[in-house]
Amino acid sequence: MYKIIDKKRLSTNVVQMTIEAPLIARSIKPGQFIIIMVYEKGERIPLTVVTSDKKNGLITIVFQEVGKTTKLLGKKEIGEELYAVMGPNGNPFPVRHYGNIVLVAGGVGVAEIVPIAKALKEADNYIITIVGARTKELLFFTDVLASVSDKLCVTTDDGSYGIKGLVTLPLKELLDTTHIDMILAVGPTIMMKAVSDLTKNYNVKTYVSLNPIMIDGTGMCGGCRVTVGGKTKFVCVDGPEFDGHLVDFDELMMRQKTYLEEERLALKLLEEKDA
Amino acid sequence: MRRRVRVPMREQDPEERIKNFNEVALGYSEDEALLEADRCLQCPKPRCIDGCPVGIEIPAFISLIKERRYREAYRKIKERDSLPAITGRVCPQENQCEKTCVLARTGEPVAIGRLERFVADYCVENTQEIDKESSNDKRIAVVGSGPAGLTVSADLAKLGYSVTLFEALHLPGGVLTYGIPEFRLPKDIIKREFEYVRALGVEFVPNVIVGKTILLDELLEDYDAIFIGSGAGAPVFLNVPGENLLGIYSANEFLSRINLMRAHLFPEYDTPLKIGKKVLVVGGGNVAMDSARVSRRLGAEVTILYRRSREELPARLEEIKRAEEEGINFVFLATPLAFKGSNGWVDSVECQEMELGELDESGRRSPIPKKDSTFTLKVDTVIIAIGNRPNPIIAKTTQGLEIGRHGEIIIDPETGKTSKVGVFAGGDIVSGSATVIEAMGAGRKSAMAIHRYLTTGVW
Repeated sequence: MYKIIDKKRLSTNVVQMTIEAPLIARSIKPGQFIIIMVYEKGERIPLTVVTSDKKNGLITIVFQEVGKTTKLLGKKEIGEELYAVMGPNGNPFPVRHYGNIVLVAGGVGVAEIVPIAKALKEADNYIITIVGARTKELLFFTDVLASVSDKLCVTTDDGSYGIKGLVTLPLKELLDTTHIDMILAVGPTIMMKAVSDLTKNYNVKTYVSLNPIMIDGTGMCGGCRVTVGGKTKFVCVDGPEFDGHLVDFDELMMRQKTYLEEERLALKLLEEKDA
Repeated sequence: MRRRVRVPMREQDPEERIKNFNEVALGYSEDEALLEADRCLQCPKPRCIDGCPVGIEIPAFISLIKERRYREAYRKIKERDSLPAITGRVCPQENQCEKTCVLARTGEPVAIGRLERFVADYCVENTQEIDKESSNDKRIAVVGSGPAGLTVSADLAKLGYSVTLFEALHLPGGVLTYGIPEFRLPKDIIKREFEYVRALGVEFVPNVIVGKTILLDELLEDYDAIFIGSGAGAPVFLNVPGENLLGIYSANEFLSRINLMRAHLFPEYDTPLKIGKKVLVVGGGNVAMDSARVSRRLGAEVTILYRRSREELPARLEEIKRAEEEGINFVFLATPLAFKGSNGWVDSVECQEMELGELDESGRRSPIPKKDSTFTLKVDTVIIAIGNRPNPIIAKTTQGLEIGRHGEIIIDPETGKTSKVGVFAGGDIVSGSATVIEAMGAGRKSAMAIHRYLTTGVW
């Protein structure tokens, strides 16, 4: 079960992996996510499926090696198996005809947004995609996004590729000049917050895809709770997409940092072991 | 002269046990069991059986203990209860079989639960005999591997059905695994009982969320009948200000991190848990006691805050006693009004004093706020253990399944039949959070009803 069929590195620390998971491959929809455990003593972490191949029972995930769990996952080789892969979790993204859409992606959000972008394209939307990265080397999937977008715009913080600056720079320009019906931002929480803060002024419907700490992913633990419009929601069963204008991002960012010390320790021990 | 008091069960000393996660109650030796079994009067019209949700023939198994025929005693229990090592440990016997024991009128009732546990543990080396009817060609899907699902699976497998047991998590057992701590129900015991169910031929499929990975309606195409035992997995929060501060957990999250993910063994296991010096547990049931006692073992000073008084505590008496022995403080007649924090972390709780008013729906006096009386407690960690609602996933993704106002699946209580032909349900998904044995009782009824349905073809 959950055998790794293919693996490739998309940038220095971003890996793409194809895994045997036939039940998930046939049921997952854009916007939903899975939970994996690398090995028996591992954590349960949420990840997004970029493509699924129903016929061959395969799913493809993209992840960034940041902590112990994703580093361990990155070390797994073709032919090896993962301990647990569960899903799909969460709700599908409300795919329909909106009109003019701006997709904003950063970090691994670039991969996460691909299946939604494809579905929105098929629903006859005009899609402008903005991709942001710190620097040119960290960019990946721009070709994939270009193929599902009517227009693609890339920003880098250091100006090594595309526009120099943050994603909000071209987004603001678009909002000032073009009629936009819907915006979807997927990426680091701080980016989604900046996008939501900006679009609030223009009153354009803005979805964000949240990525809090989770355990079970079935609504059982409440660890992923977040305040949306003054009400507590569980990202795993009520989300993961929410109205960005209603999300309490500061609370979310705070909650994401709960185990920062432990995460550092686990990583340090792993690096020592490897060395 | 018959002893008026039961043979005490040896326990780990409180001073010692708060430093480990080993089982607290150590069980009877053979001599102790024989002594206790001798107290049973073998009533011609036994009332203890009526108190048992699965109807174990209690006097019969105790009589077999008296005759030292332990394996037969074990088989006698197993006729009605597929998981005796578990129920012998976690059943609230004082509200069930032992409550109706005739000896309870004049002294202490027979320690039925302890005897059940003795028999189950004694027979552990006896590789459990598999006694099942020849296979038929009917297929059953069971959703959720907690006490209800395990019971249905075992009962139907014994009757020759081909059973597939689906579990959303990576391990079997449901609440037995993620909810009940090791010191009350060792993981080995769950494993052993689960292996028995597997040995009956039940196919176990983990990591599958019925209602997401596979829809219930899809299962209906492949299986002759379905049993839903997906449990009360949705935690209830207080809905007071500050509840999303760091350091505030639902009991489900707190206990899952420990019981399911082994966070107390971090960094050997990768899932961490942050716990401070002062822990406040809100609630008064078994889950609150479990959360408090786990916290104690992680080195915290623990206070349980309960909105009613000591008499109304819904937890098992034995668990309350053990919590007290372990140095857990209780604050009664108070409830949180708001959580306050600094740098994002909770540091105090503003509480409202309560008093007891009229009897409510549950037959207990309802707590009402006392005028102008609030107080503040300093805390580092808070665990909310005020109950769980039925898991909503199947209800949300299934057509034609009648659901009640708390999200519970509506059934015919005699059979477990839902509003959907071929689909049965039982346990916490129907009742909201209740006991292991009640879930097993519901599972048993449904197993019989499924058997009738598939034998007669009549819904």
